[in-house]
Amino acid sequence: MVTQVGELVCEGLTKRYGDTMALDSVSLSVPSSGIFALIGRNGAGKTTLIRILATEVEPTSGRAWINGIDVVKEDKKLREKIAIVPQEARTIAWMTPKQTVLSYLLWRGFGYGEAKNRAADSLARLGIAKYGDKLNRTLSGGTKRKVLAATVLASESEVIFLDEPTTGLDPISRREFWEILRELGKDRFIFLTTHYLEEAEQLADRIGILKEGKLAASGSLDSLRGTIRYQYSVKLPPNVQPPKVVEGEIMTGKNGETQVLTGEEEAFSIARKLSESGVRFSVSPVTLDDIFLQLDSESATDGDSN
Amino acid sequence: MKRRVSSQLIAAILVNAVYEMKNYPIVLITTVLSPLSFLVVIAFVSRGALIGQAIEGGLIMSMFSSGTALQGDLSHLKNDFKLQDMLVSSPASPQIYVLGMAVSEIVYTLPALVILISLVGIYIQPNLFQAAELTGALLLMFLTSVVIGFMFSTFSSDIVQSFAFSRLLSLLFTTITPVYYPITYIPLPYAYLAYLSPTTYVAEIVQNATGYLTLPGFLVAADWLILSGLTIVLFFVTAKKARWKES
Ligand SMILES: Nc1ncnc2c1ncn2[C@@H]1O[C@H](COP(=O)(O)OP(=O)(O)OP(=O)(O)O)[C@@H](O)[C@H]1O
Ligand SMILES: [Mg+2]
Repeated sequence: MVTQVGELVCEGLTKRYGDTMALDSVSLSVPSSGIFALIGRNGAGKTTLIRILATEVEPTSGRAWINGIDVVKEDKKLREKIAIVPQEARTIAWMTPKQTVLSYLLWRGFGYGEAKNRAADSLARLGIAKYGDKLNRTLSGGTKRKVLAATVLASESEVIFLDEPTTGLDPISRREFWEILRELGKDRFIFLTTHYLEEAEQLADRIGILKEGKLAASGSLDSLRGTIRYQYSVKLPPNVQPPKVVEGEIMTGKNGETQVLTGEEEAFSIARKLSESGVRFSVSPVTLDDIFLQLDSESATDGDSN
Repeated sequence: MKRRVSSQLIAAILVNAVYEMKNYPIVLITTVLSPLSFLVVIAFVSRGALIGQAIEGGLIMSMFSSGTALQGDLSHLKNDFKLQDMLVSSPASPQIYVLGMAVSEIVYTLPALVILISLVGIYIQPNLFQAAELTGALLLMFLTSVVIGFMFSTFSSDIVQSFAFSRLLSLLFTTITPVYYPITYIPLPYAYLAYLSPTTYVAEIVQNATGYLTLPGFLVAADWLILSGLTIVLFFVTAKKARWKES
């Protein structure tokens, strides 16, 4: 198989831990530019995939390449170009943010002076320069996450892996962080995982959905919409009688609110009827949430019928 | 980009010694106090007779603890901060990482070493040849303990485990063994057990070099040989077994 610069390719990537299939023959091919977001439930295999790609763990079988570099056979070569913040990374208690970023850059082989400048720039870019000389253990949880992000963002790496980078960030910080990632995604490849579907939707150029170790879908949000049956969603407040649906799915939420998933034409004809009867409602293309929930229930029923 | 080995060494020394001492000065007190406290106890109990051995024992303990501390620190940084994962996915070299961490342990022990070496100057007053023999034996001891420490760090997976290992190692190898006192104090069948510990050999070399113990030349040579042999064997076993990335 020939892969080239500008691509991330996985071919039958499998990782088994004892009886657990953490990754089950994942094949994927996406451009290695911009931002790729991997989503999936707890234990779906996101961290496993990211660790294999970042050369931390060897797959049981299958292969993968980033920009034509084999992640197993050419791990040394690849490591020149990558950086990661692992899901469970922590800032070291007895160090300050400045010292944290600086030492990481020294380990990457930067000269002391340049490392120091890059560290200061990176902390400033993440808006945490004012905490630069405080001890890490005195910082809030979200600030600690930002310090970790600052370490890898300060580096020269072309590919950056971030495993749940925004967990623990407040909604405003999260949006500010998106801005920084968008900026960085212009000339680097950012591969992240997240449990915030809105984040993947807002931020990522491409999205992959893992389910029980298998890749359930991948592509741009638009192309993901194409993989599910219904592309439109009509939402109704609680206690409103849902309209008759010819082709689609009606789902009722905990508080009695209903959601109708259906095709474009039917969505608008429902909308017309609803507005004639004066009911408040919203109609929109399906969101990543809808896609995620649908894929999840679909594959589950597949599993049952087998 | 040209990557500097010196930067990578400095990083380990900064993170594992300098920053820790600078930001938490209390750790300085602990590192200085632990070898000195034994020394003081032995010197008092023996009414000053064993002070020379006790100072040498303090040096052996400091050097040996540096190695076992490497075990604790490598495990701590790897398991609790995921630092090793971050460095695996980077151009950092595993050998330089471990080397830097080992050097950082010496730097961390420097305050204690400075005090102990001054005491050596005051109470033992070794000649140049004796000083060289002391230094050589202690460095070899450090190497041995670094290798032992590294070996344990490759199979400890959490901090409780690794602290338990550290305590066990220093108890076995520096507290009960004849490091602070001459081996001749141990009744015979048990004295042989002491030879299971690498620190016993260093203690013999050091005590013999400075006249606290008189051993025939071939026994001293045997001590050197056994210690170097052990270090080399452990080094190859560990280097073969140690893994930078997971399989
Ligand atoms: N080192 C390991 N040893 C044994 N099993 C493991 C190991 N690492 C992961 N697993 C298992 O592999 C599966 C996938 O785990 P993984 O951490 O990749 O999931 P994830 O998608 O990142 O989940 P989360 O959202 O909770 O972080 C899980 O069943 C997990 O228990
Ligand atoms: Mg995970």
